Amino acid sequence: MKNYDSIEHVRGESLFVDDQLTPIGTLLGYVACSPIAHGRIKNIDMTKALNIKGVKAILTAKDIPGENQIGGIIKDEELLADKEVHFVGQPIAFVVADNQIIAHEAAELIEYDFEKLPVITDPRKAAEAGELIQPPRTFKLGNTDEAFAKCDFVFEGKVESGGQEHLYLETQGAFAYPVEGGGVKIFSSTQGPTAVQRVTARILGIPMHKVEVDVLRIGGGFGGKEDQASPWAALAALGAKILNKPVKLILPRQQDMKITGKRHPYSSDFKIGLNKEGEILAYEAVFYQNAGAAADLSTAVLERTLFHCTNSYFIPNVKATAYCCRTNLPPNTAFRGFGGPQGMFVIESAIAKAAEEMGMSTVEIQKKNLLDEGDEFPYGQRIEHCRIRRCFTELEKKYNLYDIKKRVDDFNSSNKMYKKGFAVMPVTFGISFTSTFMNQASALVHIYTDGSISISTAAVEMGQGVNEKIRAVAQKVFSVNSERIKIETTNTTRVANTSPTAASKAADLNGYATQKACEILLGRLKKVAAKELNIEQHNNISIQQEIIFNKDEKTDLTFDKLIQIAYFDRISLSAQAHHATPHIHFDKTKEKGQPFAYHAYGVGIVEATVDCIRGTYKIDSVKVIHDFGKSLHPVIDKGQAEGGIIQGIGWMTMEEVLYNEEGQLLTNALSTYKIPDIHFSPDDIQVHFLEDAPNPYGPFNSKAIGEPPLMYGIAAYFAIRNAMKKFKAECDIEFKAPMTPERVLLSLYQKTTVLKPAN
Amino acid sequence: MKRRLNFILNKNEVETSQHPGMSLLDYLRQEANLTGTKEGCKEGDCGTCTVLIGELIKDKLQYKSVNSCLLPIGDVNQKHIVTIEGLNREELTPIQTEMVDEGGTQCGFCTPGFVVSLSGYYLINDDYNTEDAIDSMNGNICRCTGYAGIKRTANKITQRLKILAKNNHSKIELLVGEKILPEYFLDVKEKLNSLILQKKSNITDDNLDFSNHFTISGGTDLMVQKWEDILKSDVSLISDKNVISGIKEENSKIIIGGATTASEIEDSPIMAKYFPEIKEYLSLFGSLPIKNTATVAGNIVNASPIADMTSIFLALNSTLTLRNSNSSREILLKDFYKGYKTLDKKENELLTLISFNIPKENSFFNYEKVSKRKYLDIASVNSSLFIDVDEDFINEVNISAGGVAPIPLYLKETGKFLSSKKISSAIIEEASEILQDEISPISDARGTAEYKRLLLRQLFYAHFIKLFPKLIVIEELV
Repeated sequence: MKNYDSIEHVRGESLFVDDQLTPIGTLLGYVACSPIAHGRIKNIDMTKALNIKGVKAILTAKDIPGENQIGGIIKDEELLADKEVHFVGQPIAFVVADNQIIAHEAAELIEYDFEKLPVITDPRKAAEAGELIQPPRTFKLGNTDEAFAKCDFVFEGKVESGGQEHLYLETQGAFAYPVEGGGVKIFSSTQGPTAVQRVTARILGIPMHKVEVDVLRIGGGFGGKEDQASPWAALAALGAKILNKPVKLILPRQQDMKITGKRHPYSSDFKIGLNKEGEILAYEAVFYQNAGAAADLSTAVLERTLFHCTNSYFIPNVKATAYCCRTNLPPNTAFRGFGGPQGMFVIESAIAKAAEEMGMSTVEIQKKNLLDEGDEFPYGQRIEHCRIRRCFTELEKKYNLYDIKKRVDDFNSSNKMYKKGFAVMPVTFGISFTSTFMNQASALVHIYTDGSISISTAAVEMGQGVNEKIRAVAQKVFSVNSERIKIETTNTTRVANTSPTAASKAADLNGYATQKACEILLGRLKKVAAKELNIEQHNNISIQQEIIFNKDEKTDLTFDKLIQIAYFDRISLSAQAHHATPHIHFDKTKEKGQPFAYHAYGVGIVEATVDCIRGTYKIDSVKVIHDFGKSLHPVIDKGQAEGGIIQGIGWMTMEEVLYNEEGQLLTNALSTYKIPDIHFSPDDIQVHFLEDAPNPYGPFNSKAIGEPPLMYGIAAYFAIRNAMKKFKAECDIEFKAPMTPERVLLSLYQKTTVLKPAN
Repeated sequence: MKRRLNFILNKNEVETSQHPGMSLLDYLRQEANLTGTKEGCKEGDCGTCTVLIGELIKDKLQYKSVNSCLLPIGDVNQKHIVTIEGLNREELTPIQTEMVDEGGTQCGFCTPGFVVSLSGYYLINDDYNTEDAIDSMNGNICRCTGYAGIKRTANKITQRLKILAKNNHSKIELLVGEKILPEYFLDVKEKLNSLILQKKSNITDDNLDFSNHFTISGGTDLMVQKWEDILKSDVSLISDKNVISGIKEENSKIIIGGATTASEIEDSPIMAKYFPEIKEYLSLFGSLPIKNTATVAGNIVNASPIADMTSIFLALNSTLTLRNSNSSREILLKDFYKGYKTLDKKENELLTLISFNIPKENSFFNYEKVSKRKYLDIASVNSSLFIDVDEDFINEVNISAGGVAPIPLYLKETGKFLSSKKISSAIIEEASEILQDEISPISDARGTAEYKRLLLRQLFYAHFIKLFPKLIVIEELV
């Protein structure tokens, strides 16, 4: 089945917010931002800015008719800063003008008078100062104190992982225009149309039914447009409402990078205890999450760090504590993996440390401790349909782990300057929103009289192929040509109260809702067919590739004819259905429950070569066995895996988000923030689908795929690290990602080098 | 300077009197309503805005890929612009089909840029291989696919076309026949010829007095930094001036015109003759679209401390020719930089030529660059070394270092120390200490000062490890 969206893409005909035709007279916006990271606003002087020809309005907090509040989980964030600013780039004013150049020029001319306040950028310092967004949370299993006393080996260490810029190729943006009755219609590049609707209604002080949000598709999201698309839509709507004109706001790339949040940097401590055989008996971790200046989704991200703190391993005694630390950086937000990768990097570091100290191979320790059916996670859920060991065994067999090791060893013994390393990364990732209430979706399906089918759901297409998967579900239920089926824009008027397209769950939730709605229609159509064919048992009716069958016997009735008959028989050809994931629950007071519908599994192996003179490296290959369930669309699923892997490798290697101590982002452009390019991405990427692995909890036995593969990228850090150790066994390499060429070189030569600055 | 511009946009002849400094991207999206070409970064670092530019050179229609966000529309006068819309046929082209089938597209925002770059590869080159086809997309960034599906596409198409390319067809006929290009490409050459004949008079502008306006030579940095100011000013395009482009050998010198692009240096047989690894060096300089536009003079005059072409010319101890309307003068490149972005150059002077002595038989050259990402990135530190030896002894050595001072640095003292020394690990190590006294790196997004000091030492070692493997014992240096 061809991916219809792809056909538009390759012809350059798919439209994004900034491509849509706008009415003549549409005004353009530009956001004027705080130049400092923390301070009181004493005065804003807009005289010069307002004198620029073409400026239509400069809106500030005072102009907001409703509540100046965009916080989702916790209401702690203003749309436009009123009295204080808390990070560099915090929006203070919104300039609306004839064009973007004028709006930008005016924004630069706004003069501010601030009383500066102290700036914190480090999460541990924030925790020390009591700057916590919520009280710390702890997940516990067994008793770690008692267990450590019985261990043969106990190791402690510190681990740091950096932020990550989403770098969706389409920057944030929205277009809004006023509609009669005091409402607005918004076209937004968002993963969360309902979040945009809710925030805009709150800002404008109007009910949600007066805000219609429409999303055609988005040019990449990766979590960055889950909550953080809302402010730009709300600003455009504010301008549209106040000026009674269409207003468009597209963030220029550098501004997008500067003012939007990223993956959360973490600083963590671990303590791991093992017996001589390499069994992990006890594990403790403390996570300091750099949340930035407001809660955003940080508390939920932090929760997932705790859920995944033991990755794919069964550890009988665990204690993990997590601090959500408020700093003066842009509020960090969802990013593919949602805290999971940060938690997994810590346990993998702990295992690497144990292996190095004990003289065992990391792979041996990993394998020894893998989860088995029925094992309990620290959050109380017992694992079902566990396939991690199967994936591990398949990986060893399919890619011949022994040969890889031998090849790497041979290379290292015959090369002085270049060294190779490899690392294995198992991934077990829980599927569901960890906030149980969000695990719901609905679908609205119309069949028109010509037999064409229109489907609306809550899912936003952002390249992950959800539209095509929903089409596949409908196609399977109706058994008609997929050309009949059109997936509509995501629209809050057609489908209400949507959960964001996130948590790898969009295809599951909306797929199930679509399946239900289609089945309702199919049920009606069967009755119509039975009546038309004078058959008593409508259950014997089926549609097989456009033809109506009675007990596997072909009839003269086609889908087209059946629709016509149904319409003239006054049978409803529209259906709406709602789906809520069954059997999930979580009790935050006990930190126990069954938060996940199921888990995703897989194992990856990454090989790298390090140039030990220059400190540079190359990722040679990535080989993965992944459990896709029964894939609804193998091309899409493979693409999700390949893309996720490279994004994860980027996070671990070259993607470095750097702020200075004043909270200014130094890597604020594509010229300073680097993501993998076509050459860095290894030519040898092999993704093998685990065979015979149906998932009873996914539509037509399929499985969620969006986030899990990203975490194979973690192996890139350890592959590079292992290669470095082959050059200098004694070199002390911090558990600190990203492993940039700078970190490689400074780690390799830290002890031998005394380079003094010139006098 | 206000004037009318005439060009062919996909299959249509168009005329505009927009500001010549307006970026082609803004023209395409805002004026021509061709939204398949996207704005991703507006600094030539993502490739979502990639288009092809066709030009008649010596009666041959030649295409190149460019970043339309950095190209002033003044530079497309009398040329053929091909956007994604101009590649579409009624049915998908084979490239588009494979991109769909191989999972080469996800969110779709970068996709038109990839399709344009890859289609351009087959249009621009005479014979095909997968490696080069993939390299033609080195300026295109994709955040979704991890490039695997895109590489599979390039491989499949290349395998199919490379056999056919051996036949005697004209390339455009071949690609039209294979449905890679639409039919109208067959008529472009003729159309361009008649466009040039009709509008011959509107391009010559020999005024060399440039005070009070922007002079754009390529524009790959200026259009990033100053695009809004450019729109408010008069602009002069080097492409309109009588500044020479091209590379020639003359009286034991190599002379390079200021308007020569990085791509022209990369493809120059003269450069390849004396610098066999020139293609590898240039592969580190930037993406193909950037190299197709960026000029030597622009790179030198822009005075970035990490300028890559400048690094090479410094080590070759090059001489610059500066010219104004009345006179010209020569200056050594190593004396050209006075401080951060300040030059020994008057406002009305243009850098027209760069020249250096042809390397002798016993001389060697090497260029090193390390950046966070190997390709399409700005150096943390770069360095070039030119060395003339008599067996194991150094006659003369010129070393440049970028990213370690406010200017592209010529390492005078280090070179002086090494002169007439015998090459050995010990001498190199000693020289690396002198080198540390010549530099003054600062910490920034490309690395800490500490790192840049260490990295330059390592690159300095790397020059000698690479050029004189038998004289250097690696173990003594690590």
